[in-house]
Amino acid sequence: MAQAHRDRPLSPHLQIWRWGPAMLVSILHRVTGNGLAFAGLGLLLWWVGAIAGGEASYQTFLAYVWTGTGGGLAGWTALLGKVVLIGLTWAFFQHLATGLRHFVLDIGAGYELSANARWSVLTLVFSLAGTALVWAYLLTAR
Amino acid sequence: MGNGTSIGRVRGLGSSHHGTRHFLASRLSAAGNLVLIPYLAISLLLLPLHDYATVHTWLAQPVAATALVLLFINTVWHARLGVQVMLEDYVHGGAGKIAVWLLITVVPVAAAAFGVICVIRIALGGV
Repeated sequence: MAQAHRDRPLSPHLQIWRWGPAMLVSILHRVTGNGLAFAGLGLLLWWVGAIAGGEASYQTFLAYVWTGTGGGLAGWTALLGKVVLIGLTWAFFQHLATGLRHFVLDIGAGYELSANARWSVLTLVFSLAGTALVWAYLLTAR
Repeated sequence: MGNGTSIGRVRGLGSSHHGTRHFLASRLSAAGNLVLIPYLAISLLLLPLHDYATVHTWLAQPVAATALVLLFINTVWHARLGVQVMLEDYVHGGAGKIAVWLLITVVPVAAAAFGVICVIRIALGGV
């Protein structure tokens, strides 16, 4: 048998296929899941560690993530913190919706092309709506 | 890929027969997250988050502390399973694979231990 070419592509890759909703939410499930795993859990552990550390460490956490109190580095990271928190909110809702989509696919339902595309698009609508609602509540209702 | 021979199994090629447990654990921990994360999120949204005393008092309650301990164990477990799948797809061999396997074995245990210890301190350590 002839030796296979080393540089040969293994399969048609991202630039070959025409993008569809199912492909998009599939990769978004992975991206949001890993984002939540690293940034989300990292931030959550920092938060609980700051509470366990006492009032001063909790105020330091708030300064770096949200208020920017004290200026300097905290002023910049607080700006970044808001972007990250909004991003994590969206990532949570997106991962939640595509996770539920996986439960449906696991039982063997929702594979018809039109239904698959429709539910994929609805996960995107759900995550954007959920993010908007949570932040509208956070920024206005209190 | 292993061809099912004895030497192939010794070399660790082919299926390890752990796939079904991984698949089910991923779904079961997802169901747990479906309860625990909304509990945390809704509880926090109802609190004044800038106020240390309020947040600390809430988290020191038995039900909230129990939920947070379960949440740290469950989310870290779920995250570890998912990150493993991502790494299996993108890191294929050599020192890199050994390094990431060490990381996903050690880091999740350390992360969960830190979260649980923090909650226990908040719940039992006084103000």
